[in-house]
Amino acid sequence: MKLKSILVAGAALAMTATVANAATLEDVKASGELNCIVTTGLVGFAYTDANGRWNGFDVDFCRATAAAVLGDGEKVKFVPTTGKTRFTALSSGEGDILYRNTTVTMSRDADLKLTFLGVNYYDGQGFMVSKALGVTSAKQLNGASVCIQTGTTTELNLADYFRAQGMSYEPVPIETNEEARTNYLSGRCDVYTTDASGLAASRATFESPKDHILLPEIISKEPLGPAVRQGDDAWADATRWVLNALIEAEEFGITSANADEMAANPPNPTVARILGVEGNYGEMVGLDNQWALRAIKAVGNYGEIFDRNIGPNTEIGLERGLNALWTNGGILYAPPIR
Amino acid sequence: MSVASDTDSTPQRGGIMRLWYDSEARQVIIQIFTIAVLFALVFYLVRNAVINLDAIGKSLGFDFLFQPANYDINQSFLEYDSRSSNLKAAIVGLLNTFLVAGLGIFIATIVGFVMGVLRLSKNFLMNRLVYCYVEAMRNVPVLLWILLVHGFIVVNMPGPRQALGLGESFFFSNRGINMPSPLPEPLFWATAITFILGVIGAIVFKRYAKKIQDETGKILPVLYVSFGLIVVLPVIVYFITGAPLNWETPAMQGFNFQGGYVVKPELIALTLALALYTSAFIAETVRSGILAVNYGQTEAAGALGLRNNRTLQLVVIPQAMRVIVPPLTSQYLNLTKNSSLAIAIGYMDITATLGGITLNQTGREMECMILVMAIYLCISLAVSSFMNWYNNRIKLIER
Repeated sequence: MKLKSILVAGAALAMTATVANAATLEDVKASGELNCIVTTGLVGFAYTDANGRWNGFDVDFCRATAAAVLGDGEKVKFVPTTGKTRFTALSSGEGDILYRNTTVTMSRDADLKLTFLGVNYYDGQGFMVSKALGVTSAKQLNGASVCIQTGTTTELNLADYFRAQGMSYEPVPIETNEEARTNYLSGRCDVYTTDASGLAASRATFESPKDHILLPEIISKEPLGPAVRQGDDAWADATRWVLNALIEAEEFGITSANADEMAANPPNPTVARILGVEGNYGEMVGLDNQWALRAIKAVGNYGEIFDRNIGPNTEIGLERGLNALWTNGGILYAPPIR
Repeated sequence: MSVASDTDSTPQRGGIMRLWYDSEARQVIIQIFTIAVLFALVFYLVRNAVINLDAIGKSLGFDFLFQPANYDINQSFLEYDSRSSNLKAAIVGLLNTFLVAGLGIFIATIVGFVMGVLRLSKNFLMNRLVYCYVEAMRNVPVLLWILLVHGFIVVNMPGPRQALGLGESFFFSNRGINMPSPLPEPLFWATAITFILGVIGAIVFKRYAKKIQDETGKILPVLYVSFGLIVVLPVIVYFITGAPLNWETPAMQGFNFQGGYVVKPELIALTLALALYTSAFIAETVRSGILAVNYGQTEAAGALGLRNNRTLQLVVIPQAMRVIVPPLTSQYLNLTKNSSLAIAIGYMDITATLGGITLNQTGREMECMILVMAIYLCISLAVSSFMNWYNNRIKLIER
């Protein structure tokens, strides 16, 4: 009879096969922790400082999301991934949201079954070379050895670009930004290519950044944005509007310093809606009405996040460029919260 | 086990439970049950995968293999560019795996046998030095050796512009070793054919010599004749036809050396690290094999008047091989499988192409992993069936 009960138990086990859960918002709230997928280390975007604390542009968006959903920007567990492991980490449920310098593309959206939430950095692929080589244009790179991160869109753009120009090159495949740095600085490759923002960030960590230049050619569009698993609209809505709220906050002058004051005394109805004084926009996406207020207080608006991590006054020194608000000549444009 | 007495002494129980007290029936029941559990487990895993893939809206399919790969590979034995299919990228990767595994096994075997014999040397210094080599190599993870050798080449060797030259033909730099490549002229076929004929001739002569030795005991100079047929004869033909072979030497041009062959640092690092690491294990296998041959065998050979080298060659090694070959097979398999660590330094083997970039760019994790695993399984089974055939050939023939 024992035999029979074991068989029944085994069959029952087989029936309750785990299925990828489609209610991430509830899961995150229940566990009290947001698993945010970031890079293994790219100064300015996601890296651990001397005290072991995660910092950076992408990291701040993770914290803003945690502040909006869980009420505390510190309730984030960072999941560091390489260019190759990031999508598997997301679709297997190891992470809840991906903020990892990831280019929005059609095949990733449709075939890899991701849902992109928007764009948090408009980028393009560039080339970095040592000044000593005397190269001034990407068109002079025929025959060069090029360090390239595998599993990225830049890898494909590189092949297309050299092919279109009728030039040859030796690809030197590497996994992480740290490996690229070692190979590039030791001279294993002449050129390092990735998103221009990533090149600037890497260069800032070199001993003598001035000995290296970024070539003028930008060979691709790289709109970098966050993603979640496809088929979980509630979670996608909540996280998408956190990103939009941070961009709108900059447009309407809400900062981490004045957010409380503005909430108490909103200067106009738009600010009142963002900060949850008017309407119940937070509840519409399954959060409470102070969602955006908490996110802004935790990390500041888009402009503050940019300036603190990668802006002109940091070591990385990126200009706003395309990433300026549409009202300032850029293309950063968030749909209205109303 | 006596079956009959068991059934006699069992207490009377009704129906099916009687079977349980029959030891033969019990064994059958346990085996059926084990198989059932195994199948249930496999079924559970497959079903789980199918349900999960379905839940995220993915389906299994291998169409991606025939679509353009869109990425470049830096070492390829076939005509390959970024427009070639993912299948071709996988084949290029597979050939790179074969190359590194083949070279690694070749070097590891030679170094391992030499070290294993030296380990038994009566010379104290030699013995200790080899002991240190073996312990150092086999007690550090192979991944660290790979990274160390690669780091050494990439960081410590000069760049291509300051490459260390050996004459005007060989250049050593952190981009690898550049060497001349042969450019045969039409008449070169004469030399090639002479060489092939020489090899065939040597084989025929060796058989003939063995036959003569079996019949008359007379020993013919096989080594000298073979050398003459395989090396001297083709060289003579080569010069008679007017040395019809040119060499293309590498020359610095732009960023890199152009022309000739290049052995990339990734290949050097991976091959050396895998070969030396595995050679330490092979050395120990060889040592144990030689020690397993009873010393009485050597003494008996001495009593028959065989000299030391003939004793080793005709008495000790053939018997030692019987002990050496089975563990040697697993070392070869280990080396082949360890070659997948190539990914750590960016050597484009099958794991890096099909199991790496293709997987990532197409998002077909399940399909790519199944294929890569199946390929490694096939390679390993092929290696081990060859070694089993060899083992059968050399094993003790019992009458």
